[in-house]
Parts: sequence; C-alpha cells; structure tokens
Amino acid sequence: MTPSALKGVKIVEFCTTVSGAYCGKLMADLGAEVIKIEPPATGDEARRKPPFLKDDPDPDKSGLFMYINTSKFGISLDPSNPRGKQIFERLVDHADILIEDHPPGEMEKMGLGYDALKQINPGLIMLAITPFGQTGPYKDYKAYQLNISHMSGQGYLLPLVSPHLERPPVQIGGNSGNFDAGLTASLAVMAALFWRGTSGKGQYIGMSKMEALIAMQRVESVTFPNSGVSMSRKGESLRMSGNGIFPCKDGYVSIVTPEEHQWQNFMKLIGDPPWSKAPWCQNRFERGNHADKINAYILEWMKDKPKEEIFRTGQALSVPVAQVNTAEDVVSSPHFNARGFFVEVEHPVMGKLDKFPSSPYRFSKTPWAISRPAPRLGEHNKQIFCETLGYTTDDLEALKDAGII
Amino acid sequence: MENNGPLKGIRVVEFTSAWAGPYATCLLGFLGAEVIKVESQQRPDHSRIISFTTGKAFQTLNESEVFNNLNLNKRSVCLNLKKPEAVEIAKRLIKISDVVMENMRPGVVPRLGLGYDAAKAVKPDIIYISSSACGQTGPDREYIGYAPTFAALAGLPHVTGYPDWPPSNFLGSIDLRSACTSAFAILAALYHHQQTGEGQYIDLASQEAIATYAGDIFLDYVMNQRVPMRQGNQNDVMAPHNCYRCQGEDKWISIAVTTQTEWESLCNTMGKSDLIDDPRFVDMNHRKINEQALDDIIADWAINLEAYEAMALLQNADVAATPSLSSEGLFTDPHLKEREIFRQVNHPVIGKNWVIAPPWRLSETPATVKTYGPLLGEHTNDIFRDYLGMTPEEIGKLKEDQVIY
Repeated sequence: MTPSALKGVKIVEFCTTVSGAYCGKLMADLGAEVIKIEPPATGDEARRKPPFLKDDPDPDKSGLFMYINTSKFGISLDPSNPRGKQIFERLVDHADILIEDHPPGEMEKMGLGYDALKQINPGLIMLAITPFGQTGPYKDYKAYQLNISHMSGQGYLLPLVSPHLERPPVQIGGNSGNFDAGLTASLAVMAALFWRGTSGKGQYIGMSKMEALIAMQRVESVTFPNSGVSMSRKGESLRMSGNGIFPCKDGYVSIVTPEEHQWQNFMKLIGDPPWSKAPWCQNRFERGNHADKINAYILEWMKDKPKEEIFRTGQALSVPVAQVNTAEDVVSSPHFNARGFFVEVEHPVMGKLDKFPSSPYRFSKTPWAISRPAPRLGEHNKQIFCETLGYTTDDLEALKDAGII
Repeated sequence: MENNGPLKGIRVVEFTSAWAGPYATCLLGFLGAEVIKVESQQRPDHSRIISFTTGKAFQTLNESEVFNNLNLNKRSVCLNLKKPEAVEIAKRLIKISDVVMENMRPGVVPRLGLGYDAAKAVKPDIIYISSSACGQTGPDREYIGYAPTFAALAGLPHVTGYPDWPPSNFLGSIDLRSACTSAFAILAALYHHQQTGEGQYIDLASQEAIATYAGDIFLDYVMNQRVPMRQGNQNDVMAPHNCYRCQGEDKWISIAVTTQTEWESLCNTMGKSDLIDDPRFVDMNHRKINEQALDDIIADWAINLEAYEAMALLQNADVAATPSLSSEGLFTDPHLKEREIFRQVNHPVIGKNWVIAPPWRLSETPATVKTYGPLLGEHTNDIFRDYLGMTPEEIGKLKEDQVIY
C-alpha cells in the first residue's frame, strides 16, 4: 500500500457547508481519517448547493458537496441531545483533531466547549472557524461568504479593472472565500499536530474567516496605514501598461510584463510596431502615462487572433501571457491533463466522474489520493458507531428512532 | 521575542523570490520555524525592487514594505550562486536544515547544482519543495508565469467580475494562495517525517493551486457540460445576495439572505414588512427570479444609510450584512482594532511599518511576528559564523571573491 502523509491522524469534523469541510478534505485526501458529522434527516447544507449532476437537486448529487468531502467517513448525529452528546464525546475521545464552525458559545452551551472536551481528551487539538473570531465586537455577527469577502477587503478591489466606481465591488467567483478560510485553517491545525508530536500536548485554535482573507491580501491591506493610499478597483497600478486582460477573437488573454526584456519580447510578438520605438514607450513609467494609447494598439493587434495562438506564440518568445481559461478550457487542457490534475472518481449515486479535480502538489513518497467518494448521509453510521465505538445494531435502531442519528 | 511556535526547532532554507515562494516560508516562520533566505546583490528577491500589485518601485534593496510584509521573522544571507564555492556553502546550509524551498523556473535549480538530488546527497531526509507556475512536468512546464497569468490559466478570472464586462484580473493575492498551499504541503511532509524519519520531494504548481479554488466550477462542466460565467455578487440560489451603495464615496453594504426568517427580518428592518407577503418574493425561488426588482428596493433603502449603520441595523436583526472595506476601512475598523490585526514592526530603513498579523490564535503555541523582513545579507556573518563555523577571515575572503555578494 502506498504510504500517505497523514496516515493514522483521526479528525472529527463538525461543520456546516464549505470552509470547515474544505479544511477536512485537504487532510482527508492526504490520508487522515476524517469523520464528518451531519445533522440527522436534513444532512449538510452543501448537499443543497449547486452544481448538481444533470441539475437534479438530489442531496447525493451536489458537485460542491462531492468536491469538498472526498475521502471522508460520514455519520449523522445530533449532539444537542444528551445521548447524542455522549456519542460525540466518545468520538472526540478517539480523535486527534476536532474541527468545528459553530457560532461562539454554542459548543459551550451543548457542554462541548474546549474546556469540557479537554477533560475527556487532554491531547485534543480543537479548531474553531467562525466569521469574525471568538472575541471582539462582531464575534456574534452573521456572515456568509459574500459578506466575508467584502468585509475582508477582497471584494473592494474587484473586478480589476472596473469600468467605473458606480458599479459595485464583487466577490471572487465560486467558493473562493470559503476555500481561503479552509486552507488557512489547515495550516494552524497541521502545525499544532506537529507540535503535539514533539510535546504530546493538544491546544485550542481560534480562526476568524475574515482575518484569513485579510492575510491573503496582506500587501493591499496595509497601503493606507503605511502610505495613506487606499487602492481601488480602478486598477491604478496596472496602468504601468501593457498589462491586463485583453479581449481577442474568441475570448481573453492576460499579459503581465514585470521585466523590461519581457516587454521587449512582447513588442517582438506583435511585430515591433513603429509606436513601440517612440520615446514615450521606452520604460514602464512613461508607458503608464500613455496606457490608453498603448492598450488601443494592443487591442487592435489582438482582435482577430485566437487566445491560444497568442498564448503559445507569446510563451515561445518568453512573454508572460496566458489565455483566460473557461471551465471547459481547463478540463480539456493538455497540460492539466498531462500532469494528471483530473482523476476518475466513482460515486454510488453520481456514477463515474471521469474528470474530477485533484490537487496541486505531487509528493514523491506520500501521494495525494481520494480514498473514497464523499459519503452519503449517515453512510458510515454502522461502521463508526458499531465497529469503532461498540454500539449494537439495536442501539443504532433506537438512536435512529429517537432522531439522534 | 521568545519563540514558542509549534514549529520551533524546524529550520528552512529558501531560494525563493517574489511572493508565492517567500510567503510560504513566512507562514512557517509565523509558526515558529527558523527561515534562512538565500539571495544576492545580483539576484535579490524581486519584491525588494518592485511591487506590481501596489504599483511601486523601490530605489534601494532595503526599503520595500512589500518585501517586509512577506518576509517577516526571516534572516537573509548573501550567496552568489553562479560561483561553485557559493553552491557548496548553500549545500552546507541545506545539510543543517529540515526543509528546502525554491521557486525558480523548472530546470534552473538543478543546473545550479542545488536540485533535489544534490540536496538529498547532503541531507538524505530533506523535505524539498519546488514551487513553479505550471509545475515540473507537462508540456507547458517551462512557460513563464506570474499571478495574473497562472490565475487566468486556472479558470478563476473567467468567473470573477460582471457578466457584461471582461474577466477580472488578479494580482499578488493569488500568489499568496499558492504560498498557503505550499505551506500546507510542507507541513504534511513534516508530519510524515516526524512519524517515519523520511523526507521527500514536492512538486507544486501554482496554476493548479488556484485551479483547486475552482473545483466545483469545473464539475459543473464535467457533470452538465455547462461553462459557468461571471455573475458579479450573485449566487445561483440565494437572493438577495449583493452589494448596495451607501452614503459616502464608494461605500457599500453586502447583504446575503438564505432563510425565510432572515428575509422577514430584512423586510422589517427596512420598514417594508409589506414585502413579506409580496407574491414576487414569497420564497427564495421567487426572490431569485425577481432579483432585479428586489435589488432595486434594497438599493433605495441602503443609499440613505452609512454602511456601518446598515450593518448594525441588519446584524441586530440577525441578517448577514457587512460593509465592503478598503485598506483605510480595515485599518479603522473597531473589531480589527480590538483584535490587533494590524501590527507595527520597527524597520531599520523604512522605520515603523504596518504589517498583517498571523491569522490564527493558537492557545499554547502562538503564531507571532517577531522581526521585520531582513535587510539583504543582514545575517550573512552571523549565520556563516554560528552555523558553519567560518572565521571572520574566511568570510572576508569569500566577500572579496564575490562568493558572498
């Protein structure tokens, strides 16, 4: 059997929707045993989020749920009920890590706060992911991804470049904000796990999603206190010219030329036009002052060329240029496919997904792998409750009837 | 400041430049790892020279606040890796380190004699990560890439922005997502090393790191042959889900509603309880269909309020609402102030400089900002003396020979 990096690490994930689940997935796909707890009957929120296979909103056909819950075991459990709480405590007793994302105070209210759980399992690492952290005036405020994206300053700078400031700032497409939070959280958990290996001790980690997103934009975030400048989505810095996203025949291309020789190569690509020899075109600052003129020339050159041709011929001349890929482009990209970025996954309800997105890291010794598809609701109840915790099948029936699992 | 970080005792030596490499090891430094940065006068970290994201160029190599913010807690040594002697010294640094990170173009580091095989020869259990735009394998591996281009290839810009406007560009924050992903991979390898004593090689592709942010978007294409488009702030199912203009210049409030309770609270807070029974908005499905009319109503209400006033009103009614903040907005926000997200370091050249704090609160092993980003070669003498046992004469000779340069 191929070794996996996080073999033997036991994680209980008690989270809803995306951020916490993504954190759990990152570790599950590297070999950790992640038990995902979902509310009985309704299941996790993400099961009701698109995209759905053939647009059928079946809770077992959400592509989002499938994407962020691979390699996990799934159980249903309501720990707010005394019997459910007892089971939850036994799961935590067996675990190295608990990930939860409930509003501050809610775990304590159930008697499942860190201080209580530490008594059961002193080595426990507990991670709490909340919108604004465990302290501060907004700690109890509610926020979805949209709100976090805007509050963190990420939205304010998008889209780059915006036609004018009359139009609203926007969030990054898809679930990016939630993934930022989940990925950032995973770093602290992994570091705490490492420290436990040397010290034997567990600990509590609080993470604010907003702060995870601010850290991801740490350079743009400090321009005001350091220089009195608040950047906007007008893209002032991009006007260092020849940089940006430009429309072409069948889509868009992205160009950036941080080095002067790259700009020269770019000029070579477009045939060394006479205007490129003008004095105002000889350094980035001068070009910035003539950005509108330069951009108009570039647009004129590009308008009848396909994006892939610009991408390939540009790269052949060492110009940092790329086509702006759509989902279809990425899924059919020769490079992505040659690197094995897409893998085949078989799901009992969804069937075979032949191009499932995998991971960005290739480990020489401990490869990333999907050990099982995302669980159906309560799929591993019997395995976890009976085989791991030692409940009988009769107990299981009784718990089911009581709505606890 | 004392180091109580979870990675205390781990040493990282890095040959990285710009953002995606340096910030990965900066994250490890927040968590207590000791990070030694290898640069030279000839090849200083690129963020010492220019910041594309903020549109700034720096006159000298030690005054970049961008470099400072991305290289906190590190130490810098100068080695001119074009000289064989410098390569030998770099290997001696690798020999006493746990982790090596590099982010040069694929092929460059092995040509310098510092590739994984060379590193493994001096330190058999080394963890070695190569971060590059496209990865070490695949047909496009030598393509040149920066944040705007690898983001474009990864599919995120195509789904970010207004539907009637070109895709949004992305700048440095995209590099930091790649950096977080690298840090996660290193942490997983460190855990594996702790358990087994085994090191390994990691090939990280930044364009794949960003593509994992669009995994669910690709699945829509894989499952339904649909190519997801830009949709501003809108969401496939939720409405209202947008940013609305408030009083003042470029001030906005983001509002997102999922449940019926939230919807009714929103109507009541706006003083428009008649909307609750309006047939256009009876449930989420109808609200989504009539989203434009709904957005117009909310926009009319929000425009008369300050963004913070709107947030307080709505949050008190348990509706998710936050302003869209600029750098100034973040810096002056009371919640962030109380949580001390902005930290000041005393930099010997630029003076007091604001940076962003690590985004986690670990109860036992706090992540910390200890020192400013190092001056170029600031620690050459100390490290070569203390770790490699060099005498001042030897160091002097190496400087004379431009090995240390």
